[in-house]
This record gives sequence, structure tokens and C-alpha cells, in this order.
Amino acid sequence: MITLLKNGRIYDPAHHKNGVIEDIYIRNGRIIAKPAETEKVDQTFDLSGKVVMAGAIDMHSHIGGGKINIARMMLPEYQQKQAQELKNLSEPEAHICTPHCSHHATPSTTDTGFRYIEMGYTAAFEPAISPVNARQAHLEMGDTPMIDKGGYAMLGNDDYFLRMLAAKKDQKAINDYVAWILHATQAIGIKVVNPGGINAFKFNQRRLDLDENNVHYQVSPREILQSLSRAVHDLGIAKPLHVHCNNLGAAGNFATTLDTMSASSGLPMHLTHIQFHSYGTEGDKKFSSAAAQIAEALNKNKHITADVGQILFGQTVTASGDAMMQHLNAKHANPKKSVIMDIECDAGCGVLPFKYRDQNYVNALQWAIGLELFLSVEDPWRIFLTTDHPNGAPFTSYPHLIRLLMDKSFRNEAFAKLNLDAQAMSNLTSLDREYSLYEIAIMTRAGAGRLIGLHDRGHLGAGAAADITVYTDQPDREAMFTKPDYVFKNGELVVKDGSVVKVVWGVTHTAKPAFDIGVEKDLKDYFDRYQTMQLDNFKISDDEISSDGRGQVVVHKN
Amino acid sequence: MKNTNRDAVPTSVTCPACGLLCDDVSLSAAPALSMQNGCAKGIRFFEQALSTSASATPLLAGKPASLEEAVIAAAEILGKSKQPLFAGLGTEVQGMRAIVSLAEKTNATLDHMHSAGTVSNTRTMQNGGWLTTTFSEIKNRADVILAVGTDITSSHPRFFEKLAWNTDNLFNKPTPELIFLGAPAETAQANIAPDGKAPTIIPAETAQLPEIINALNALLNGKKLNTDIVAGIPLPALTALTEKLKAAKYAVIVWSASALKIPHAELTIQSIVQLVNKLNESSRAAGLPLNSGDGDSSVNNVSTWLTGYPTRNRYQNGMPEYDTYHFSTQKQLASCDAVMWISTFNPHNAPETKTPTIVIGHPDIKFGHTPDVFIPAGIPGVDHAGLMFRMDSSITLPLKKVRDSNLPSLNEVIAKIEAKLLNETTA
Repeated sequence: MITLLKNGRIYDPAHHKNGVIEDIYIRNGRIIAKPAETEKVDQTFDLSGKVVMAGAIDMHSHIGGGKINIARMMLPEYQQKQAQELKNLSEPEAHICTPHCSHHATPSTTDTGFRYIEMGYTAAFEPAISPVNARQAHLEMGDTPMIDKGGYAMLGNDDYFLRMLAAKKDQKAINDYVAWILHATQAIGIKVVNPGGINAFKFNQRRLDLDENNVHYQVSPREILQSLSRAVHDLGIAKPLHVHCNNLGAAGNFATTLDTMSASSGLPMHLTHIQFHSYGTEGDKKFSSAAAQIAEALNKNKHITADVGQILFGQTVTASGDAMMQHLNAKHANPKKSVIMDIECDAGCGVLPFKYRDQNYVNALQWAIGLELFLSVEDPWRIFLTTDHPNGAPFTSYPHLIRLLMDKSFRNEAFAKLNLDAQAMSNLTSLDREYSLYEIAIMTRAGAGRLIGLHDRGHLGAGAAADITVYTDQPDREAMFTKPDYVFKNGELVVKDGSVVKVVWGVTHTAKPAFDIGVEKDLKDYFDRYQTMQLDNFKISDDEISSDGRGQVVVHKN
Repeated sequence: MKNTNRDAVPTSVTCPACGLLCDDVSLSAAPALSMQNGCAKGIRFFEQALSTSASATPLLAGKPASLEEAVIAAAEILGKSKQPLFAGLGTEVQGMRAIVSLAEKTNATLDHMHSAGTVSNTRTMQNGGWLTTTFSEIKNRADVILAVGTDITSSHPRFFEKLAWNTDNLFNKPTPELIFLGAPAETAQANIAPDGKAPTIIPAETAQLPEIINALNALLNGKKLNTDIVAGIPLPALTALTEKLKAAKYAVIVWSASALKIPHAELTIQSIVQLVNKLNESSRAAGLPLNSGDGDSSVNNVSTWLTGYPTRNRYQNGMPEYDTYHFSTQKQLASCDAVMWISTFNPHNAPETKTPTIVIGHPDIKFGHTPDVFIPAGIPGVDHAGLMFRMDSSITLPLKKVRDSNLPSLNEVIAKIEAKLLNETTA
């Protein structure tokens, strides 16, 4: 069976196609080269005038696992409020997005999948799987329909790794452990959150700078970053080490962020939600934008990539592995409540509801800092569009964010409504850049796919999975990106006019580099002595993901 | 899979008898059932489970029927019902996934048999949050463990053996000091460490705990109390307790919501959380809520990710709703028009009601009032594999199948009912 998408305007940066009119042929879920004239085309979609991109890939979104479920459990009022608002709407305003109209910060797994695909996203990656909690993360992702999933396993605060580092174990031993973790947790990348800091908090340290030692292990965040970025590099995983820097949210933290860029000694590193790490201490309020310095450093340091973690105004929740900084920031929670956890000598978490307000000086400046970063980082292949869902804003606000990037007058109008003191501290209006459709396609498709190492996603070349989104070109980019005309998942039409027409289940993307299984000998002893579960039960088999007939593990080789 | 009825070789299992979910245990069945690393509660669970008939048949109004007939009858009851109640919910992850799916199709209300305690915890978390910890942190870091209103071991027998009296720990910490406040004295006293160290017992009635916890909060905040005695406890004893908590490197406060059978359980838990929060201003401390059992942690987690809400919740026209007050089993029994009672781990009896009743679960469930439909289902971790949340929620462990069985798993039964129901409505 061959499907033809005819005459679409193609934005496929992986193949340098910038708005060319071309046909796309699909067979067995894959994009194929133009078939022979003798082959029958079974189905044709006339896409004349339509914008065609690969399905979008969210490379950082908290969609599954313990802390996001804590956020749901803690904040039933988000869903209740929305349900009430829906009831109050009268026809024809009342619209029910299937299955539930959930544009709030803590959607159920079902709603997460639906909301993503309705916007033309065909994959999302959970960036903070604590290894002991990986089974829950995969269960939740397994119950997330429509999209592909994957995750990054958190290391660098686990006592096993820190013991190795303190004992000056050689790099090979570290590499074997990191590879073992990737296998055991079915992850595609490695993340480190507040390197060493979450662990230090358990020893009652309240802050940890890049070159400050964890009191117990006497190792610094810099050493942790060196060791883990080296391991990721040596193992040949495509996804660079995913780094949530020390000192998240603290005024003046831009210095830590700049220093962190040098910590991997030139090896690739990805700095995540960098907006939260680009704060200076200038001005009366001792809180200022350091976006210019961070952007300049990003432009210079070609081995560094970053995603923004844009904040947008409204009610959301911050769910982070960074128990240390979340505990410190709990006083800013709105409404005032927080869940903080120490987890299994492995990780931690902190969940705080947050309401970003445009008349609040700090919030308004955070908004501007994120946009300054987007507009000042020159290479769209090295900067990614995220709100760190739900921490900066729910992912459902991406179309709004895209409009802010593509439409200068819209952006400046929004800026003019901000807290006046914040306006005075930002150079946003002097930044004239407007993102093009091609650049948006890089940030949300080609770049993201390449960064994670998904060779057959994020582009429209022959052989790629036929994850394809079709939009109507509209001057209002928010409207355009909110409601695609068509979304194809593996060649099947799953969304038509912004609504799901077929429920499908995506795959789970993983990386499984080779390693010495001998690493399990010491791990077994460690688990028996110090942990409270058996080593064998820590490991997640492929069967666990695929046995219900919906999921499937895909292993990516670099 | 092993048939333990005749097996002398130990089979490694995960024990679902309590929220500790021990996976370091093994069973041997010959000559008699024995459990390595087990506890009395675990042995009792497996003895009871393995003594059931692995080929028990469904009953329709007390008369034997085939599974197919029972499924048709259950689908018929749910098909007629406008407002069914799914209660008990004694199941693991896969069973709960099936239940939520059926609830969505039938506008059902969901409530777990032990939710009275769970709801106090959930609401505390929703009101102000909390700071909690997990087993491995306790095992390696805790130097003071304060148990409030519970001896811990009656419900979670190996708690201290595994998490306090371990000989190995990562940081060379001493054996933690155990303090029981308002716990059943006799059983609490029995928690003597292998090195002979006896626990500190501060006796009090459960009803006095709110007063005592509030006094502790006052002392911790540097307030002076104009009394020598609080709820029968001399002030110096309380002052000494706060000093111990402050001096601890990692104090853990454990409570059992289901043991707080007092009107202000939720407020009391909030006060305990305040203690933990205050301690964390200068030192490290964490809370640990005990669960009540029968898969409550699993059920709550699954419900939360699938519907966006923990239990007590329901579907109304396909939309999830949440109300911890109105959606209780007790309240719903008065208004629902069908009950589906589920208890797969233990033979817990369904509530007495005149409403059409479907019972699915443990083959040994006894009935006061004969249900319209009874479908014996496999016991998770005995008759079939499964997945279960430990009470600290961070860990999900696989349950193993340990005997050959003809009993269908709960999720198979529920999926059949759902399929039948959908066939009926589309036909």
C-alpha cells in the first residue's frame, strides 16, 4: 500500500529543503523514494499550499514517572478547575478535546499523548528517570498513546557512582556502570541533575557550587560532569550528557553555567532549561538577565547544546529531581505546598506548584530571559524549543511560544504588558530576529532527532519513519501550530483537523551500548548490602514494555 | 513456572503481604511450606493463598457456572447500571489498569477498601505537601526513628530487621534509636535490636496524639509551655524527644494513617509533617507514611496517571471526577445501582447491600449475602505475575507466579467483561 502526499511545501532541514514543493511517498510506515510508474498509489492527499514537516520531537518533557505522578496527585484542582470551566461553556464554544480537555499542567497519560499528537508532536522524551523509579516511568509512558517515548536516566547523585568516583575507579569501570544503567532502565541518554547536590542535601548541605566538594565523598560537581560526559562519549551514545546545572533558579547562577560549559573539557554536553540558569545579580532587585553572556558563550562553545525551558505566564507546577534547590525554593510555591523526597540512595525529587505572573518582576524577567536566549543563540541546531514541561509552562503552550519567536510585533506587544521594572532590565525589544519555518523545523524536528540519535525520525528522507505533520500556512503562527490539518504516525493518518481519528501506540527509543557484564558482580554485592531491592528486579526487560502488545523497544546505534 | 505444591526447591518470590514488598524471600513447599527470610505475615499469606483451589469455579447466585456465563452476567449487571461502584480494589498494577478502563466505559466510582487512611495522607499532601523518604535512605542514613501511633511491625513485620538493624550501611552510622510515641506498648517494646538496645516508649492514647504532636511542634519552635505535663507525658520527656530529633543527622518519623482512628487524623498528620519541615530548617529529617495494604499504593498510583486523580474518584460521561468525601464506599452504597467488589490478595468480604453485586477475587472469599456473580480470580504473586508499588511509591517490583493455576487474572476477567459490554452496546 502506497500513500502519496502530493504537492506539499516541504520543510526538511536534514535535507536542506526549505519550502520546496515536493511529493512524499509512504509504504509500510516508512517514507520511500518515488516508486516506479507501474506501482499503484492507493491513497493520495493533495497538500497544495500546505506546510509539511516531520513530526515534532520534544527532547525534554516530564511526561512520566514518580514526580509527575506526585504532581498529579498533589494538584487535583488543576483538572477540576478545567472541568468546571468546560461545564460553564455553552455550545458552540464548548469543545471536548478527546478524550478530556486537559490543557493544564498535569494531564493524565492518555491526555498527554492526545495533546501532543494534536499539535503534531510524534515523540517526547522524559528527561529525568531516576533509575530505581524507571519501571514506573515506563509504565506511565506505556500508557501514553499516540507518540513515541524515551527517557534519560539520572546519575551523578547516586551513592554507587559517587563511591566509585571517590575511590578513583578507572574510567572503564565508570563506563561499564553507565552502560549497565542504560540497559537496566531502558533509557536513551544520561542526565545529571544538580551534580552531586541532591546527594549533598542528604548530608545537610544546602547549596553546591561547581568546584565545591560534596562533604561526604569529597568530590565536586566538575569531577562528576567530567566523568559522566567522558563515559557518554566513550560509550558512543549519540545523546550528549544532559546537564541540569548546579544552582538552578538562583540569582547570579550564570557564572556557574558558564563554568559548567568548560567542565567536560570539550566533550559534548547538553545544558537543559538554560533559562533557569541565566540569572545575574544586577539592578536594585539583585536579579537580572545574563542571557547575553550565556548566548555568547553558547555561540562560541560549539560542543555545547541547550534547550531553553521557556516560562509562560499562568499556573503550573515545577517537578524536578533537584530536591536541594526545590527545598530551598519551597517558600515561593504558589499555592503554598511542596513535596520533597529523598529517594533510595539514588536520587531525589521536589514538586512545587508555581504561578508565573507577568506583573511579578522576577517572573516577567524570566520570560524575557528565555526569549532573549532563543533570539541570541545563532545556531538553531544547538538550541531547542522547550518549556521544561510542566516546569516553565505546560507543553500545550508550544504554539504560543512559536508565535513569540516568529512574530516580532506580537512579542513586543506582550513585552509591553510586563512589569515595568522588568522591561527596564531587558533588551528584548532590540532583538529583531524572527524565526523562520525552516528554523522552527530545525529546533523541533531535525535538530532534536539528531541530538538524541534518532536516525529515522525528525526528517522526511527516504527510509525515515513516516511521522509527518501538515499545517495550513497562517500568519497567526499560534493558530497554525495549534491545529495541524493532518498528522501521520508511521504512515497512518491519526489526526485530522486537529482531532485524533485513530489511536495508536508509539515505541520506546533506547540506546544499549556494549559493556562488560562483570560490572554486575560488584553491583550485586552492593545491592545485597545497601539497597532494599534485588538487583534482578532493578532491571527492566524488553518484555515488560512490549508484553501488552502495544509497546515496543527500539534500540538506536550511533 | 513452578508448582510449589510439590516443590522442595526454594523459589525466589516477591511477597505482596505488606507494603514492604520484600523481594529477598524464597518459598519452599516441601515437606511443609516454608519461607526463607520470611515473616509470620508473609507465611500466613502464602499458606492461605496456596491452600485455595487453583481451579475454583465462578458462581451465579451461588450456583456453579462457567467463566463465560459469569462474564455475561457481570456485563449484564454493569450494562443496566447507571452508577456502579467499584470497591475493594484489592489488586496490583495490571488489575487496576483494567479496572480504570472499565470504569471509564461504565461511569463507575472507584474506592479502595483501605482508603480511609490513604485519603488522610493524600489530603495532607494536597493541603501543604510533605517531605518524605524511602527504605534505602532509612537503611543507610536514619539514626533516629520515631514511630507515631504505630508499632510498625504489626503491619510491616520486617521493617526494623531490614531498615534499622542492618549490619551494613553506606556511611558507618550507628544502629538507629527507636522511639515509639503512643504506640501499642507491648508490641512496640518487643522491638529490641540484636545488640540488646531497647526502644524508648512514650505511652499515650491515640486520641491524645494531636495534643502531643502540637506540643512537640511548639517546643521545636522554641515556645515555652506553661505546663509540666502534656497528655500525661512529663514535659522533660517531650523536651528530650525534640532534642534527640534536632541532634539526629537523619531523623525519620513514621506514621500509619489507618492506625489514627481519631476524628482529626488528617490534622494530626499535618502536624507530623510540620515537625519534619521544622527539623529540616537546620538538620535533615524525613517522614514515612505506612500504607494499609491490599495494593493501595499501586491502585492510587495507577488511578492517578490514568485519570489524573488518586482514588476516591469516578467517571461521569467519560470525564474523571474526584471527591474524597462523596465517593467513599459507605456513601456510594446508598446511591449506586451496582457494586463490583474486588479483593484478589485476601478473602475480604464484600459489604452487605441489596444492590446487584459482582464479586471478583480470592477464591476463599466468604459471603454473608450471596452475590449475583462471583468470579474467583488468581492471587497476584501466586497464580500469576504482576507489578506492585512498594509503600514508599518510588519502587515498583514484579510479582512472580508460583503455582500452576486455572484461575484467570483480574485484568483478564475485567477485560472480558469490558469486551462483552462493548459488544452488547454496539450490537
